[in-house]
Amino acid sequence: MQVPILKQGNVLIATIQAALSDADLLELRSDLVLQVVRFRSAGVIVDVTAMDVMDSFASRTLLEISHMIRLRGAATVIVGIQPEVAFAMVQLGLTLEDIPTALDLEEGLAYLQQKAKSIN
Amino acid sequence: MLEDTRILIACDRDVVSARQQGRAVALQAGFSVAEATLIATAISELARNIVSYAQQGSVTLKPIQGVNGSGGLTIVATDSGPGIVDLNQALRDGFSSAGGLGLGLPGVRRLMDEFDIVSPAGGGTTVTVTKWRT
Amino acid sequence: MQRTKGALREAVGDTVRPAVAPPLHEPTSELLRELVAHLRQNRTQLREEWVERIAQAQLLTAMTQEEIFAEATSVYDSYVAALETGTFEALQAYARNLSERIIPRGVETHEVVGIVLLLRDVLARSLFAKYQSDFEKLNRILDAYEPAANRIANTVAVGFVQERERVIRQQQEAIRELSTPVLQVRERLLILPIIGVIDPQRARQLTEQLLRGIRTNRAKVVVIDITGVAAMDATVANHLVQTVEASRLLGATVIVTGLSPEIAQTLVTIGVDLGKMNTVGDLQGGIEQAERLLGYKVGALN
Repeated sequence: MQVPILKQGNVLIATIQAALSDADLLELRSDLVLQVVRFRSAGVIVDVTAMDVMDSFASRTLLEISHMIRLRGAATVIVGIQPEVAFAMVQLGLTLEDIPTALDLEEGLAYLQQKAKSIN
Repeated sequence: MLEDTRILIACDRDVVSARQQGRAVALQAGFSVAEATLIATAISELARNIVSYAQQGSVTLKPIQGVNGSGGLTIVATDSGPGIVDLNQALRDGFSSAGGLGLGLPGVRRLMDEFDIVSPAGGGTTVTVTKWRT
Repeated sequence: MQRTKGALREAVGDTVRPAVAPPLHEPTSELLRELVAHLRQNRTQLREEWVERIAQAQLLTAMTQEEIFAEATSVYDSYVAALETGTFEALQAYARNLSERIIPRGVETHEVVGIVLLLRDVLARSLFAKYQSDFEKLNRILDAYEPAANRIANTVAVGFVQERERVIRQQQEAIRELSTPVLQVRERLLILPIIGVIDPQRARQLTEQLLRGIRTNRAKVVVIDITGVAAMDATVANHLVQTVEASRLLGATVIVTGLSPEIAQTLVTIGVDLGKMNTVGDLQGGIEQAERLLGYKVGALN
């Protein structure tokens, strides 16, 4: 199942659906990197609102996505983590380390805009 | 009393199926959304271990009743793979991020109320975890 | 058969023992079958007698006559079925079900125990009446009946108590929900003052409520004030850390205020890097810091 990636200005938005397998996540990882390079995007938003479970593999892959995208000079924001999912994640010890997170798409875009402003 | 559900695990799609069914059964058994999410997360970890290390096995969801009438859910994840050589190492706990390598078993233990693991010398692994409704 | 055995004994010439044959005992299951048949046959009048006794004892006053009659019928039938099958799961389920219905009506434990004992009594008396001419048979029937009857009384009572406890827990939970203060003081700013003794269950509940609150109020900053918390063990301290981490996953920054030296020590003991945690001395200071973060106030950010 492919994750749809939309382009909005110089930001890419990947919206994850609920029933995402490990293979789908890895596919997303390579897709995103390809697209960032192709469009020279400044930022990537991964919307996980529909994800009802975030386990160690998903968390690890998101970290990898963020690092790979940073190597391409772009920033990643994870948005839409549900309260119950966040609760389960911290119990499992998954904190997404230093990846920026925001409440939803709107907040994520605001964050990227602010970041762009502060850089310039 | 709900019946047991047995899910065969052989590929990563099955991991998704297992956690979705686990979540549904947990909700049916009266767990809150937060608790059901914890259960589904634990199932995801256990099922993935089966795929990664044993190629195939099964996850069984067993709704249960406690001695004082409270409800709960027991999950048995079993495979006939190579087994775990050093159980102590696998269970070493620490509150630091579990994002690294390993089976994620300490994390699963934190999510659930009861945890048991058997990995005999001949091979195979069976992890049994239980969560009680509060 | 008894007669034949007696005759045999006499024929063998056993003159030492009396000529009266030892009575053959029916197995318990057969006795219970007989008992169940009797209870079914006399269902109508026994049930009536029982309902009368319930009224006399002034039990179930919270219910109407029709309700009592309806429930009495169900209880009677479940009682007899349990005697018949020897299994108690159905009875247990029924007891819970019944309790669910009558607890909100204000029926109390002693009433439920009372009516079950009354039924046991009514049935025992009817057995006395039926078998009064055969004392030994009466004894055997009572021997078969009593353990089963006791188990039934126990099952129903336990079922009721369990349901009652469940209801009480639910009510306590609801009260806790209502009384938990996740306050929105400004747009995008939440305050969670924690007061008193926190057990792991309460800590978990607070975390869940806070996270939901962050989502609902779209909070960007949360001030958790623990001035009112005297002491915190490692488990609860861990919950605090997890709450901070989970809040961040929802895009909110957490400021912890009112950290006493003791609690700071506990946090360090469990491996928390206090340098990384956003802490401010008191609640007021924390709110000001939050407002600065949100851009409400102009001033230096720490």
